[in-house]
Amino acid sequence: MRQSLGQTPSQTVGPYYTLRLFREGENIMVPPGHPDRIVVHGKVLDGDRNPIEDALLEVWQANSAGRYRHPDDTRDLALDNGFTGFGRAITDFETGEYRFETVKPGPVPDAEGAFQAPHISLIVQGRGMLNPVFTRIYFSDEDEANRDDLILRSVPAGRRSTLIAGLTEDAAYRFDVLFQGEDETVFFDF
Amino acid sequence: MGEPAIRHYGPKAYSDHPPFSYPDYRSTVKRSPTHDLIRIVQTLSETTGPGPAWTEIAEEDTDLTTNTGTGSPAIGERIIVTGKVLDENGHGVPGTVLEIWQPNASGRYAHWRETEFPAPLDPNFVGVGQCLTDAEGGYRFTTIKPGPYPWGNHPNAWRPSHIHFSIMGPSLGMRLVTQMYFPGDPLLPLDPIFNSAPPGARERMIADYDHEVTEANWALGYRWNIVLRGELATPMDEGED
Repeated sequence: MRQSLGQTPSQTVGPYYTLRLFREGENIMVPPGHPDRIVVHGKVLDGDRNPIEDALLEVWQANSAGRYRHPDDTRDLALDNGFTGFGRAITDFETGEYRFETVKPGPVPDAEGAFQAPHISLIVQGRGMLNPVFTRIYFSDEDEANRDDLILRSVPAGRRSTLIAGLTEDAAYRFDVLFQGEDETVFFDF
Repeated sequence: MGEPAIRHYGPKAYSDHPPFSYPDYRSTVKRSPTHDLIRIVQTLSETTGPGPAWTEIAEEDTDLTTNTGTGSPAIGERIIVTGKVLDENGHGVPGTVLEIWQPNASGRYAHWRETEFPAPLDPNFVGVGQCLTDAEGGYRFTTIKPGPYPWGNHPNAWRPSHIHFSIMGPSLGMRLVTQMYFPGDPLLPLDPIFNSAPPGARERMIADYDHEVTEANWALGYRWNIVLRGELATPMDEGED
């Protein structure tokens, strides 16, 4: 048993978080014209499939070489100038659409010494959400890597597709976040 | 350079946090998952997080009474809010970005969505701040005590005075957004958002009045520590349950 101080409870970001938690351009993680630029876009939908017009999406990812900008990632891989791997987007108040411009992350190790399929970690919060939800964005054009990915394989087969962003046009991937229902997005606990 | 360090963080303690759906706070009902969360083993993707990279570029902005740049101070009860960001093992969490936002002394947010509540805006108060925790996890803001404000959740609903805090620690799982409340507020027992946290845990969101923090002839002081998930001493078999 370990001593615990007791975690401070989570609370909703409420309707006014954009005062601080989103600043123009935080969803643009690579400069315009970046050769490896991809777009990840989609909607966040509630249990009635209405768009959640005030959701906050935060992403965390490795760079295209697979390196996290973090002191624990000591692998001998290049970091990119100016690429933090962190981005924030908000859903549009009218349409519920969000958009990130970033790069597809490279491979990062899994728990058994192999590589994971390329993925972006995503945290979603909003008014009416008392806790953040954590999910992962995988890519539809990475079939082989997705098949071998330990975390995807731990998800019931019928729900894996909720984690895979579909290629919609050149280098644009669509990833919707759905709450409730049979097609609810898989949310993780770790 | 070499093999990455894989830390192992203790689980989110669900007994310390609100449920996803809490019908007394109506908008949670359709905005909450209904499937069970899927438990996964922590990899580098989960044990790292944006805190350290972001800390490199974030700037301090800790005095909300003067940070509008108008040259005039905000109106209201000036207060100091200070404390530490700790992990649950009691260790300070340094180099963490804290972002805060709040309404003014009248309970009015300087936000375009606030159109219903006829309370005055203060041209000298926006209600946002940011700081980095120091080597011991410490932080300190000077601000105005926020006023309570009405909301549409139920008839005659009022939010108790609170300051929103967002904390981005060094690991993804440490992500926390919470609210700091004030001691003795009569609205606390009536507030479904405060009450969504379990009894025994919700009280951790109430700051202490601390006369040691109070500065003579200047501002009252409140002390509030924030406790995040911490590292496990030994890895446990997280994938087995």
